[in-house]
Amino acid sequence: MTPHKLLARVRESRLFWPLTALAVILLFDAIFEPGFFKIGIIDDPVYGPHLYGNLIDVLNNGAPLMLVSIGMTLVIATGGVDLSVGAVIAISAAMGAVLINPALGDRLITNDILTADTTNTPLPLIILADLAAGTLCGLWNGFLVSRARIQPMVATLILMVAGRGIAQLITNGQIMTIYYTPYFWFGNGFILGLPVSIYIVAGVALLAWLLVRKTALGLFIESTGVNARAAYYAGLDERNIKLLAYTFCGFTGAIAGLILSSYVHSSDANNIGANYELDAILAVVMGGTLMSGGRFSIVASIIGAIVIWAFTITMYTFGVPADALTAAKAVLVLLVILLYSEFSQRLLGRWGLRKGQRHDPAH
Amino acid sequence: MLETTDAILLMRGISKIFPGVTALEDVDFALRPGEIHALMGENGAGKSTLIKVLTGVEHPDNGSIELAGRLVQVRSPQHSQSLGISTVYQEVNLCTNLSVAENILLGNEPRRFGTIDWRRMNALAAQALKRLDIDIDVARPLGNYSLAIQQMVAIVRALEIESARILILDEPTSSLDANETSRLFDVMRKLRASGIAIVFVTHFLDQVYQVSDRITVLRNGRLVGTYDTESLPRVELIAKMLGRSLADLETVSRARAEHELPDAQSLALKATGLGHKGTLEPLDLALRAGEVVGLAGLLGSGRSELARLLFGVDTPDAGSLEVGGAPVTRHGPGESLRRGIALCPEDRKVEGIVKDLTIRENIILALQARQGWARYLPESKQYEIAERFVRLLGIVTPSVDQLVGNLSGGNQQKVILARWLAINPRILILDEPTRGIDVGAKAEIQKLVLDLADEGKSIVFISSELEEVLRISQRVIVMRDQRKAAEYGKDVNAQTIIHTMAGHQ
Repeated sequence: MTPHKLLARVRESRLFWPLTALAVILLFDAIFEPGFFKIGIIDDPVYGPHLYGNLIDVLNNGAPLMLVSIGMTLVIATGGVDLSVGAVIAISAAMGAVLINPALGDRLITNDILTADTTNTPLPLIILADLAAGTLCGLWNGFLVSRARIQPMVATLILMVAGRGIAQLITNGQIMTIYYTPYFWFGNGFILGLPVSIYIVAGVALLAWLLVRKTALGLFIESTGVNARAAYYAGLDERNIKLLAYTFCGFTGAIAGLILSSYVHSSDANNIGANYELDAILAVVMGGTLMSGGRFSIVASIIGAIVIWAFTITMYTFGVPADALTAAKAVLVLLVILLYSEFSQRLLGRWGLRKGQRHDPAH
Repeated sequence: MLETTDAILLMRGISKIFPGVTALEDVDFALRPGEIHALMGENGAGKSTLIKVLTGVEHPDNGSIELAGRLVQVRSPQHSQSLGISTVYQEVNLCTNLSVAENILLGNEPRRFGTIDWRRMNALAAQALKRLDIDIDVARPLGNYSLAIQQMVAIVRALEIESARILILDEPTSSLDANETSRLFDVMRKLRASGIAIVFVTHFLDQVYQVSDRITVLRNGRLVGTYDTESLPRVELIAKMLGRSLADLETVSRARAEHELPDAQSLALKATGLGHKGTLEPLDLALRAGEVVGLAGLLGSGRSELARLLFGVDTPDAGSLEVGGAPVTRHGPGESLRRGIALCPEDRKVEGIVKDLTIRENIILALQARQGWARYLPESKQYEIAERFVRLLGIVTPSVDQLVGNLSGGNQQKVILARWLAINPRILILDEPTRGIDVGAKAEIQKLVLDLADEGKSIVFISSELEEVLRISQRVIVMRDQRKAAEYGKDVNAQTIIHTMAGHQ
C-alpha cells in the first residue's frame, strides 16, 4: 500500500475526524497547560487507591454522555432523533433516589451523609427500577415513532417536555439527596484504579456492538436509514427496527441517569442531565453519522462524546466559568459543522489529491 | 421543420446533458396560442427535462427559447412565471389549510387601511372561479375540496396571479376519477377558447385523443415529431413512442425459447378479481410453474400496479390471491418473501438500491430480511453469495465491498436483480429489469430469465420493450387504462399487441 493510499484509507475511516478533533484539543492543552496531563495516584479513604487527574475526569464525567451517545447513534442511524434523553436521565435518577430514600420520598431525612446509609430497598431492585423506567420511556418513544407514525422530533419532544414533570411527580417536587454509600459506587468508585463508570460504558458499548454487528440489526438499521422504501421492498419491518433503536436509547439514558445521580449524590429533576440530548446529538454527528440516517459507528460516537468532555474540562482548567461554558461550546459546534461541511470536505479532498500526486511518482 | 407562424413559444435545438446521460438532444417544440398540445413519451423520453427547461428549473446546454417572438433566457421558476409560463403539477402545491380565496390571491391580497379586505378577496376569488364555471365556497379551507377542485384552484391561481399565457399541466389527471377528469377537460377547453396555450403531459392515450389538438412525441431525449391529433392514429402514436415502425414490429424475430410447460394443474399463483381502487380494476391471473408471463402496456396502464399488488406493497381491496394453493391473508413484502415471491421494482433509485451500503450488503439484504435479524449470515457466506452473483450477472466492480452508489446504472440494476435471485424465489416479478442497461447485459438478463423458468420458477416480466416481452414470454397480458385488456398465447404478434394497447382489437 502506497503512503498516499494509506493516507486516503486513514482519512476515510470513521474515526479520523473525531480523533483529529480530540488531538487538536489535547495539543492545545499540551501547549498552554502542560499540567493538564498530570495523572497521580490517590489513596481515597472510601474508594481505595486510584488514579486521578484531568484525563480521568474526562472519562468519568464523560461516561453518562458516552452512554447516551451509544443509544442516540442507533436512533439517528434509523433517520430519527431522540430529544428526550435528558428527561429520561431525570426520570431514572428520580426513580433511584426515591427508592433509596427509606421514607420513599414522603419527607426528607437529614442524617449525616456517609453514616446514615439506610435504605429499605435492595440495591439490585433499585438498579432494576432505574433501568426499567428509562427503557419504558424509550419504548414509549419507539411506539410513537414506529406505530403512531409521529415525526421523531415531535414524538420525543413530548417526553422531553413531560419527562421532567414526571420526574418531579416521582420525587414529590423535591430535590432529593441520596444517602446510601453502595449507590455512590457507580459514579465515584474505581476498579483497578479506573472509574467504574468507564467499565459500564465499555460493557454497554460491547453489548451494543454485539447487538448490531454480530446480528443483522446493524444492516437493517443502516438500510432503513439510507433508503426506508428500498428496505421495505426488501422485506424489512422498519417499525420494529425503530422501536428497538428508541428502546435501546431509553435504556442507555437510564444507565446514564443512574451514574449521574450516583455521582452527584442527588436527583434534581429540573437540572440533572440538562442538555444531554443536544450534546449526544453533537457527539453522534462528530462521529460521522448523518442526521438523515444510514452508516454509523458506535466507537466514533463515543469518541465524539469524549471530545465534548475533553473540551469541557479544558475550559474549566482555563478558568472559564460554568455559566459561560455554553458560549465556548458554541465555538466547538461551529468548528465541527464547518469541518464536516461539504465545502471543507471538498477542499480537503483536493488538498489530499495534490499531495498524493506529489508524493506518488508512480502516477 | 418548425412552423414558426403565430407560435407563442418556440424552443429550438434544445439540448441538455447530465453527467452520463443526454436528457435532451436537439429538440424543437412550438406552441400556438389557443391549443392544447400533448407531450408524449415513455419514461426517460425527456418530457420532464423539456418542461424543466421551459420553467427555468434546468438551463439548456444548447438551443434557444423564443416567447412571443422575443428571445428569452428562462433563469428560474420565478422568472418563468413572470414571463407568463405557469405549471400545475400532479401533486397540488398549494396550502390545503388556507382558504380557497387565500390560495388564489396569496401574495396579492386586496388591502384596505393596511389590512386584508376579506370581503373583496372572497369576491375576487369567487369571480375568478366563476369564469371557469366553478361554484364553490371560497372561504372554506382548500383541503375540504377534492383533488380535482384543488387542481382547478391551482389553475385559477396560475391564470389570475401569474397572468399565464402558457399553462403546463403535468400529469394533472393521474389522481382524478372519470368525472373529475371530464370536468378538468371542460376547464381546459374554456381556457383554450380564451387563447391560452396549454401543454398537457399525460400517459393516458384516451385523454390525449379526447382533448388535445396536437401531439409532440419524444423518445430517448430526441424529438420524434409533432403531429395533428386527428391525423395520427393511436397505433402510430404508440409505435412512435416505442420507437418502432409498424413494419419493423411485424418482423421481430421470434427467438423465444420453447418451454415444455409442466402440468397445467399446478398453479404457482392464482388471483381472482384482484383489484385496488383507483389503481387497478379487478382482474384474474394465473401463473403456472416454469412459465414466463409478459405484461405489456404503456406507462400508467396498470402493469406496475399489478406487480405491487401481487408482491403486497399495496394491499388489494378486492378479490383474492392464492400462492401455491394457499390463500393469502396477510399482505406485505416481508410476507411475500416468506411465501417465495420476489419483486424487482421499477424505480431502481427509490425502491431498489441502498446507495450507502456495499454491493455485498445490498445483495444479501432480502435474504437476511427473510432469515430475521438474529440469524445473521456469517461473513464468509455473505461474500460467497455476493461473489457468486457478481460473477453470474457479470457485475463490473473491483470488489463486492464497493458502495453500490458508485456503480453505473446497469450494474446497480444487476445488484438489485441479484438481491432477489439470492432468495431463490418461486415466483419472480421483474418490473422493467432491463431499463437503462446496455444491449449485452439485456441479452444476459433475458437468458437468465429463461433459465430460471427452466428451473421451474414462474416469472412475470414487465417491459416497455415489446420485442423483449415477445421474445421470452409464453403468454402476454396486455394492460390498458388500469385494466387487463387482453391475454394472448405465444403466437401473438407485435401488431396485435399494439392494437390492444391502443384500445381496438
